[in-house]
Amino acid sequence: MVRIMTATEAVTEIKSGSSIMVGGFGRVGSPEVLLDALAAHDAKDLTIIGNDLGSHNEGVGVILLQDKIKKAIGSFFTPNPDAAKYYREGKIEIELIPQGNFAEAIRAAGAGLGGFLSPVGVGTELAKDHQIFTIKGTEYLLQEPISADYAFVRAKKADTLGNLVYSKSARNFNPIMATAAKVCIAEVDEIVEPGELSPEDIITPFLYVDILVKRGDRPC
Amino acid sequence: MLNDDQRKIRIAKRAAEEITDGTVVNLGVGIPTLVANYVADKNVYLQSENGILGVGPYPEPGQEDLELINAGRKHVTVLPGASFFDSAESFAQIRGGHIGCTIIGGLQVSETGDLANWLVPGKDVLGVGGAMDLVIGAAKVIIATQHATKSGGAKIIPACTLPLTAKNAVDMIVTEYAVFHFEAGRLILDEITSDTTLEEIAALTTANYTVSPRLKVREVSQDA
Repeated sequence: MVRIMTATEAVTEIKSGSSIMVGGFGRVGSPEVLLDALAAHDAKDLTIIGNDLGSHNEGVGVILLQDKIKKAIGSFFTPNPDAAKYYREGKIEIELIPQGNFAEAIRAAGAGLGGFLSPVGVGTELAKDHQIFTIKGTEYLLQEPISADYAFVRAKKADTLGNLVYSKSARNFNPIMATAAKVCIAEVDEIVEPGELSPEDIITPFLYVDILVKRGDRPC
Repeated sequence: MLNDDQRKIRIAKRAAEEITDGTVVNLGVGIPTLVANYVADKNVYLQSENGILGVGPYPEPGQEDLELINAGRKHVTVLPGASFFDSAESFAQIRGGHIGCTIIGGLQVSETGDLANWLVPGKDVLGVGGAMDLVIGAAKVIIATQHATKSGGAKIIPACTLPLTAKNAVDMIVTEYAVFHFEAGRLILDEITSDTTLEEIAALTTANYTVSPRLKVREVSQDA
């Protein structure tokens, strides 16, 4: 059963060394209330799995400046200049993955797959740690699945069962991350009764969601 | 001499002519973004890899929707018939060959169609985004780039010296002075502009290429 609690309560059990998936593409679809709570929490040596690391002192960028991130796995860290600074100073490890392989690796983890073969990245330096297979004359690299201890997901609305609907381009990585972590915490604008969300509109069925946090008045 | 903006506009206009009516297109950042300004006479559907099919024009100032951006993180609108989807679905569209065309920038293109466009030497390896996925997956890959580097060095070269985005992935190159395409792994020069010559193109292009027997000369003015 999904539990409804505050953001502070939702992050309180997160231990140092945990891995956390963070949804969002830049600020859009970023679970900002959960990130605020994580910033106020003392867990460190975190592995953050997300497309980017926010911007300077914004989103996950706040957690970075608190020296709480040990490793970042994602596709596009360039927009946050602090990521480059921390990387050069050896304060953070970076694992860079082409964005589509990254998304599919998360989907694969949630779907119980041991990985998949992708043509993307073959012949580039991002293939160097991957096995290569030739299928019907085309080379593919083996991308292993990516899972995490926690997923921080941002959705528009939930019902009290934990079903989620999203809004516009704020969907991005959120629905796949919801499937790929041991504990999925969803931050939503509104929580309604079962039946109020159309079954046709629900993108994340409740069985993936463990904790719901209502955003409250924080501006998006 | 063309200034930077004139070069970019000329490249964008010429690349836009390659998009056929009804195509789904993904535009990279930089010059490719400008291509959207020159396709108004066609039904072109823009896909943005952050999860939109049917991207519309930029909103008027003050009308921005905070939940609606393109992959370049600019606020956009959507057209009637647009759809939203998650990132895995978006890249399934891309990798699966369902995007008709991608127009993307390039730092170097080799004479065998290799592309380098994601990593500048001396910079940290921190951002690849969807570039590798797009050039592998899209049905047609058009590189929209200035013909030479800022210092006049060749960008269309025998073999890429910068880290590769993909091997053998490029179908066409559009610059401010020339259009090339790849055919059976060979680079063919199809078109030059009226303000250059084959000799000038040769001087700016170190890659081996063949001049098409049907070479076109495109009439251009300083402003177009």
